[in-house]
Amino acid sequence: MRVSEKRVADNTNQNANAVVEHLRAWNSNAVEDVIEFRGETTIVVPHGLLRAVAKECRDALKFNLLSDATCVDRFPIEPRFELNYHLTSIPRKAKIRLRSRASGEHPFIDSLTPVWPGAGWLEREIFDLMGVKFHDHPDLRRILMPDDWVGHPLRRDYPVEGFRDIPATYLPGLKK
Amino acid sequence: MTTTVETATGVTKTMVLNMGPQHPSTHGVLRILLELDGETVVKAVPDIGYLHTGIEKSCEDKTYSQATTLTDRMDYLNPLGNNLVYALAVEKLLGLEVPKRAQYIRVMMVELQRISSHLVWLGTHAIDLGAMSVFLYCFREREEILRLFELFAGQRMMTSYIRIGGVALDPPAGWREKVGKLLRMMPSRIDEYETLLTENRIWMARTKGVGVIKLEDAIAYSMTGPTLRAAGLAYDNRKIFPYSSYEEFEFDVPTRTDSDCFARYMLRIAEMRESLKIVKQAMEKITDQGPIKAEAAGIIPPQREKMKTEMEALIYHFKIFTEGFSPEPGEAYVTVESPRGELGCFIASDGSPKPLRCHFRSPSFINLQALPRIIEGQIISDVVACIGTIDIVLGDVDR
Repeated sequence: MRVSEKRVADNTNQNANAVVEHLRAWNSNAVEDVIEFRGETTIVVPHGLLRAVAKECRDALKFNLLSDATCVDRFPIEPRFELNYHLTSIPRKAKIRLRSRASGEHPFIDSLTPVWPGAGWLEREIFDLMGVKFHDHPDLRRILMPDDWVGHPLRRDYPVEGFRDIPATYLPGLKK
Repeated sequence: MTTTVETATGVTKTMVLNMGPQHPSTHGVLRILLELDGETVVKAVPDIGYLHTGIEKSCEDKTYSQATTLTDRMDYLNPLGNNLVYALAVEKLLGLEVPKRAQYIRVMMVELQRISSHLVWLGTHAIDLGAMSVFLYCFREREEILRLFELFAGQRMMTSYIRIGGVALDPPAGWREKVGKLLRMMPSRIDEYETLLTENRIWMARTKGVGVIKLEDAIAYSMTGPTLRAAGLAYDNRKIFPYSSYEEFEFDVPTRTDSDCFARYMLRIAEMRESLKIVKQAMEKITDQGPIKAEAAGIIPPQREKMKTEMEALIYHFKIFTEGFSPEPGEAYVTVESPRGELGCFIASDGSPKPLRCHFRSPSFINLQALPRIIEGQIISDVVACIGTIDIVLGDVDR
């Protein structure tokens, strides 16, 4: 019984199309790509335009709630960091995902804290665990890991066991 | 961190007070640095991460089905809700439809969990403010609900009962009488808590007008759940983005407008009564016979009997537990209404049997962010009331 999105599809897609149309009319460069998967719409936004697009979504399109912000590490593909912002419009009953990419060499992007102060801790979490820097963030410190931690644990090239030596008892015969 | 501030009596020095991480009323290991001017909080800086266990990283090292057990351990007052959001996200990624009967069982379990979570919240919040007996009353009823979970799943707290594609087990014999007994008992028990607190003058003095946050601020800080609804906005994922057949249930979304600690207390009490309504409807909808898991070869473990007679079933069983299943590359983001607010799960798949990224939008983490906004300007004794009223679970904050 493998059926995909029948109920969700119609309502969400109409909303998402309207959003994409609006953004294209507002700035012809604003939408780099539109990805549809399982009834969810992802709008890929150029690196430098993320904050402006987010502001337009909030003010003109009524996406008033920043539901979530997260980052995916596509290592070794470049640009490796994929930042996903999940916006919810309470009045329109719609959801949308904004995506922007950052390179592995200088991972940085404009912070969305001027648009939603609630982005503050979410971006601190991304900075802490992925090492992406956010421009204009008022308080960019580590949040979950200790302040003196070296490295960013959620990166794909960071081993699950960490970089510390594993005691020989746990891996008999494997330790050098 | 000591700074000077201008007050009515002239320039004074402020004092920094360290609260936590082992303070009993921070509900776990939350540390807050409070800058005080006399008894007034000038600045508050929450410090979290003491319970960071790297669950998101561990998920990337497990197959999709294995990671279910990790989700239980995030928000330990809402394990079933965590299971649900994770299962829904993986099902969305797979394009898998769950049988109705399993959906109703899920709804019933999650609503029971909501009641038990609110009971823990009420008990601990009341004990923070000095009302000892409420705590004992709440835990008495919570115990009844945990016994039900044990009956259904064999485990009281970390049930892992909601699995990808359905639920783990058929409801046990005699479950209707036991759940029915709870439903008959609860309304009068909730009345009991209300007689202890609602009209209580000390309770009102400690909670009315304390910890107010404006609706605009609550939305700007991405606050959800009872905190947002107590500020006047009826935003509930069960109504606005229904999942697991919630659109078939009749219930109200209570709201208040005062947005203070008392409003949040009244709101959660009302929510418990609404949850009882939903459980009752779910009980009627759950049929005695029917599937509890989706039929999807290679994804959902086959029935035990089939494995003994069919070659394919045996092979699939072996493959699911050794290699796992591989969803198509893509992303899925699902939100559900947890007792604390919007609980979200984002999963990115790269076509391998393990998730590329598994992220949880935990409501405690995001609601806690607005704590300084709520407590700055309040007096220090109200800080405890404000922490309690947001209803944070540190396992959910730090993950």
